Amino acid sequence: MATIEEMKKVASQVRRDIIRMVCMAKSGHPGGSLSSTDILTTLYFGVMKQDPATWTREGKGQDMFILSAGHLAPVYYAVLARAGYYPASELATLRQYGSRIQGHPSVEHDLPGVSQCSGSLGQGLSVAAGLALGKKMSGEDSYAYVLCGDGETEEGQFWEAAMFAAHHNLDNLIAMTDWNGQQIDGPVDEVSGQGDLEAKWKAFGWNTIVADGHDIEAILGAYNEAKKINKSNGKPCMILFRTEMGHGVDFMAGTHKWHGKAPSEEQCAEALKQLEETLGDF
Amino acid sequence: MKKYIDTGKKDTRSGFGVGLLEAGKADPRVVALTADLKGSLKMDAFAAEFPDRFVQCGIAEANMVGVASGLAITGKVPFAGSFAEFITGRVYDQIRQEVAYGHTNVKLASSHAGITLGEDGATHQTMEDIALMRALPGMVVINPCDFNQTKNATIAAAKYDGPVYLRFGRPSVPNFTPEDEPFEIGKAYVMNEGKDVTIIATGHLVWEALQAAEALEAEGICAEVINVATIKPLDETTIVTSAIKTKGVVVAEEHNSAGGLGELVAGVLARRAPTPVEMVNGGDRFGQSGTPKELMAAYGLDAAHIAKAAKKVMNR
Repeated sequence: MATIEEMKKVASQVRRDIIRMVCMAKSGHPGGSLSSTDILTTLYFGVMKQDPATWTREGKGQDMFILSAGHLAPVYYAVLARAGYYPASELATLRQYGSRIQGHPSVEHDLPGVSQCSGSLGQGLSVAAGLALGKKMSGEDSYAYVLCGDGETEEGQFWEAAMFAAHHNLDNLIAMTDWNGQQIDGPVDEVSGQGDLEAKWKAFGWNTIVADGHDIEAILGAYNEAKKINKSNGKPCMILFRTEMGHGVDFMAGTHKWHGKAPSEEQCAEALKQLEETLGDF
Repeated sequence: MKKYIDTGKKDTRSGFGVGLLEAGKADPRVVALTADLKGSLKMDAFAAEFPDRFVQCGIAEANMVGVASGLAITGKVPFAGSFAEFITGRVYDQIRQEVAYGHTNVKLASSHAGITLGEDGATHQTMEDIALMRALPGMVVINPCDFNQTKNATIAAAKYDGPVYLRFGRPSVPNFTPEDEPFEIGKAYVMNEGKDVTIIATGHLVWEALQAAEALEAEGICAEVINVATIKPLDETTIVTSAIKTKGVVVAEEHNSAGGLGELVAGVLARRAPTPVEMVNGGDRFGQSGTPKELMAAYGLDAAHIAKAAKKVMNR
């Protein structure tokens, strides 16, 4: 497992990768990718027991991850590349014809690290619950993780899955919400206010943790705490990570306007000035 | 013509239940899920035998499909079951993404299909499901004709690696195919060889097609009857060979016209062996309450209508 300092370096590079990928592709979703960079980097470099060298889609004996909010593909692809699942040079092919890194994650192109496709929102928690249940049925002691957007939890299927996972005592299921408060059409509170999100998850029988999604030490602590409380009461956990859309790039930060828009060449250069190149650009 | 004996009326969903139990005994990877319809789907025996491999999902079909795909990714062979409408139309996008595009080894167990669900009426009677499932790349669509064939198709579906839509029904209908004939996915079964006209049928209408063929025989017409138990992939060769021989085809199905077997067969014949085709199907309308028998007659889905269509196509 990487140190906190190492993970900070990875996160900075991943943010550069996201900006450069989306700029090259001239389309894509930088906002949520930047807000969930620290959550996903910490998961892959500091938490999850999953080895790129022995990874299989079936995930036998390893922890597994599902990206429910499939439009966060840029951060997912960048983290997988930086974790060694495939060469970082492949990130230059985002959204191109023939690329393994499709606009939204696909399993049709044999991309290492991706166990299930996503893009149509609201479904990943159900898939991850299936993974967690499958592992329990097989007597395996490993975890299923799933990353969701906060706007995404407006989908009703989320709450079907929430009831299911608590009822079936899936204590090997840890879900994370990238709680950036923004969605395509505007702030979540204006589009379709969700009320007390933490109270909702609690009411559905889940353990909940609220943590700073941009403080790697806090993120790591939240993951470890989730495992501990899940084991203590046999329930799944939702970690609500407080984040900022577009985090790390001043002109993208805190607004829905960068949910699904690519920066121009000039904006890309401006953004990269704010993000340290730590591991070498692809 | 070849004689088929009804060994005693049974519902095809019970064939699924028996097949599921057998598949479960043969393969520990087989698991079953339902959305509060364990009894209706005849999963009780499986659930009693394998309580740890039975997953009650509650009335939440969308989640059930996602959970099934997750289980399949971990190496299980999940059968997710509900009424035909609720395991297709209600969850089409979930099936499209998590099962079809996701290439997961999920079996969608679809009971109470068609109009013979009967008294519950149109909300529960889907006549569109074959069209929906056919449209999905890679989806195998199986619609067996009786109890025995449904049992054997269930066992075959469990052994097949990939997404399967398995369609069956609620009412008790004649049981006439061999008890333990291994089901071949992708094979159209020639039930009776004929020379004057071809009757292609699927599901509950295969028995009706055989009754129609008997009635036609009495009038000196020798009808070939083909049971298309697998709608996708379609056994085009058997269909084309028969059409070239008889020069007239009737397609009968308990499904609406749009996207059903009739349009599928007509498309194949237009491409490979242009032949007049008549269709016996539900048309373009919703069902309604009634007994299965009443509804089959009212919607023109019985032997009499098939025989009439056969004579019509022969005169074209």
